[in-house]
Amino acid sequence: MSLDDAFKDPFFRDESFFGDYTYRNTPHAVNRFPFPFPEDDYMYSVNMEPHVSGRPGSIFEHCFDVDEHYVSEMRDRARVLEQDPLRCQSLPHMTLAGWDLLELIMEKFSEDYPQWFSLTKDGNKWHWINRPLGIDQKFTFLDESTLPMGPFEYITRQAQGDFTLQDQRDDNLWIEAGMVTSQADWSLDFDIGMNFHEWHAPVPLAHEMGIFDRALKFLLALQHGAPVRRFNWTMTVDPLLDTSPENYHKWGPSKTTMTPETIGKRQHLRVELQTLIRLPRSNAIVFPIRCYLISLDDLVTKPKWARRFHRVIKTVPDELATYKGFIRNKPMILDYLAKYDDGAPTSPGWWPED
Amino acid sequence: MSGSTRLPVIVTEVVEVNSLIKRFRFVREDGGLMPGFSGGAHTVVEMDDNGTRRLNAYSLMSDPSDTSGYEISVRRDETGRGGSLFMHSGVKPGMKMVISQPVNLFGLDLRAKKHLLIAGGIGITPFIAQMAQLDALGHKFELHYAMRDRELGAYMKELSARHGDRVHPYYDLEKQAIDLATLLKTQPLGTHLYVCGPKGMIGWVLSTAEKMGWPNGALHSEEFLAPPVGEAFEVELSKSNITINVGPTQSLLEALEAAGVDAPYLCRGGACGQCECKVNAVEGEILNYDHWLSDEQKAAKSHIMPCVSRFKGERLVIEL
Amino acid sequence: MRSRPLYGRLVPRQGSSHFIVADGEGGEAVAALLTAAPDLKSTTHIVYIPGTNGTDLTTMVAGLGAQVFHAAPSYASASQRIRKVLGDAHMGLQLYAAGTEGLIGQVQRDAIAAGLPHDALQTEQRGSLARRVQCVHCKGITENVTLDPFVCSHCGLNLFVRDHYSRRLAAFQGVCIDAEDPGEVPASEERFK
Repeated sequence: MSLDDAFKDPFFRDESFFGDYTYRNTPHAVNRFPFPFPEDDYMYSVNMEPHVSGRPGSIFEHCFDVDEHYVSEMRDRARVLEQDPLRCQSLPHMTLAGWDLLELIMEKFSEDYPQWFSLTKDGNKWHWINRPLGIDQKFTFLDESTLPMGPFEYITRQAQGDFTLQDQRDDNLWIEAGMVTSQADWSLDFDIGMNFHEWHAPVPLAHEMGIFDRALKFLLALQHGAPVRRFNWTMTVDPLLDTSPENYHKWGPSKTTMTPETIGKRQHLRVELQTLIRLPRSNAIVFPIRCYLISLDDLVTKPKWARRFHRVIKTVPDELATYKGFIRNKPMILDYLAKYDDGAPTSPGWWPED
Repeated sequence: MSGSTRLPVIVTEVVEVNSLIKRFRFVREDGGLMPGFSGGAHTVVEMDDNGTRRLNAYSLMSDPSDTSGYEISVRRDETGRGGSLFMHSGVKPGMKMVISQPVNLFGLDLRAKKHLLIAGGIGITPFIAQMAQLDALGHKFELHYAMRDRELGAYMKELSARHGDRVHPYYDLEKQAIDLATLLKTQPLGTHLYVCGPKGMIGWVLSTAEKMGWPNGALHSEEFLAPPVGEAFEVELSKSNITINVGPTQSLLEALEAAGVDAPYLCRGGACGQCECKVNAVEGEILNYDHWLSDEQKAAKSHIMPCVSRFKGERLVIEL
Repeated sequence: MRSRPLYGRLVPRQGSSHFIVADGEGGEAVAALLTAAPDLKSTTHIVYIPGTNGTDLTTMVAGLGAQVFHAAPSYASASQRIRKVLGDAHMGLQLYAAGTEGLIGQVQRDAIAAGLPHDALQTEQRGSLARRVQCVHCKGITENVTLDPFVCSHCGLNLFVRDHYSRRLAAFQGVCIDAEDPGEVPASEERFK
């Protein structure tokens, strides 16, 4: 794969997610940011809804959202994989599910973004073009020897967000493949092979509320043709996509160097759009976890978001703030946000101008 | 992002396989390709039987890699409620129908070192698709297929031609029977066993395997129950605040759907648990025909499976 | 902890042959099993490893009368043999593991690799509660961890033992405790004895 042609289309930003952190959202990206709170307080819920096409221009318009950060995110993924190849693993029986995912992404990308991607098929002889990344690949569908790497790694190096594949058996879901380079502090290498309750074991409160039992029952019945989605969120200092436990001892100290002067620029709300899609040939479920980052300075440009976010952070239980990793800076975050909350009521839903 | 679990299709072939079985082929009405599917999956076929809406689940038997169409086989059941009779007499090539997206409740465990498939009669259909898929993936498998006689041994010829000596037929009328004890004793560690066929056969295979020390996690079975016929009964729905009548050849689930009540389902055969419904009040006997509810739930009359179970008595109120 | 396996008690099950792997005090569980079901002995293969805490029941377990008895100094030294036995076996084999959590986890891992489903292995935890812990940073596994926090025997980071268990690695997860404030390490406590 070559990234030489990468930035020919000025739509794609040339930016970094580590080191000098040149990641920024253009005003267009701020306008379409998926602010995840429909109400003024927050608690866990299964909160799943059908993953159907949403407002044009929004991140829900297409099955997979390709945005201005695409090329730089794929470059960051390649960098992380170079340092730690274990961030992408697929147990041997998951290869078929990898092909299912490759087909899904290639078809959706080429249908929804014909200016950037094209897929032509002659039986099992396929021709894939990815213009932003400068890839032109002819291969035989379902024949691993015709791709430079396994189908799962091949396609997830070309799609934003982390991906896991869940095998379904014994009335449970087993996480048995993953591409995980933009994760909120969980280790694929450790969790691979676990069932649904096991890999969620470290999450506080939700087990007792029966959240995972209900979610599992729902997902086991997830039907082909009816994908679903939900949001999750956390807080990250600096726009670091790769907040991995593997490197926690390297990025952990960044939490201690934030000041009231730098918080607006450095503290980011990290939103995950999680979708769940049944795959046809393998009957596996793919779980794309797409990460969106926004700095507090950008977030407070929307008065509704600023007011609401202040109220949400105020009501988050300490256990959750600890699990999400921002308990240390919670007072500083609240001080910053308080300036933007005049106590006025907010309208329901998450759209900034409604 | 169509968000639809239903596929409008056209019937392109109706083939009389033998005196009891017909095979049907469906292609998409819009001319597009079918989604690929996994061996063992079924589709729910929607029928309009003279104004009565019937939904029956049938295993997909075509090659999962063939996305030009889906095939199912239907065995005629003279004593049933009419779904199979409608498929046999009412469905002709060129007809428009609606089928569901594939659902798999009888999936292959692709970690297996070997797959041992045991079929009885029409229970062969999911295995035809599974073997095509296993063959393409290069997995080890063998099929042991028991049927009444050569005439009813649907598909034996094609299977032998495609899979050779991995397919072992047994004809009841020729006094042939599967030597199950020897078969189960000689399987390498890591073998998974799959059985589909009549209830008696499934029970025999699973109990023998358990006695011989096979772990439950290596045993897989699928039995589709056709909803039984019975006496008509009345049910009150506590949330919708209506009372509905269930006819003698109608299931409770079908009566709910006819009344416009949105009730969840996947298998419509008492196996998957999706339609499990809370009972608010009961004076009488729930006639449980499902494989899903626990003995405690059945004894407590706390739940009912509307897809197959019925009621006899004074009053039944369910939470819908 | 929901990712941690639940251990039971070994009970005799019908099967064509019986393979038992035990360490340390696990030898007592093996003795209890074969005393309760002496007819298993003629088709039983035992691998026994003395405990790292000093418990050595080799003589007692060797005298139980199993068809095959093998004493091994460590799991590593026995693992080739265990994999060969599993690889040659047929369905109907009953598998048992008794002793420390680290041993049980490793038998489970090898059984899954041999294609057995999770429910095929019977387990009984006996003896030391010391843990096998994988350092999430360097991926090295430290055996017989009794202290929390402890120092990774591979990379030297100060790790706390997270309540998260991987069946595939047969190990708990160790995470750097002073990542945000380097050097601020609480005193170790003996938590897993």
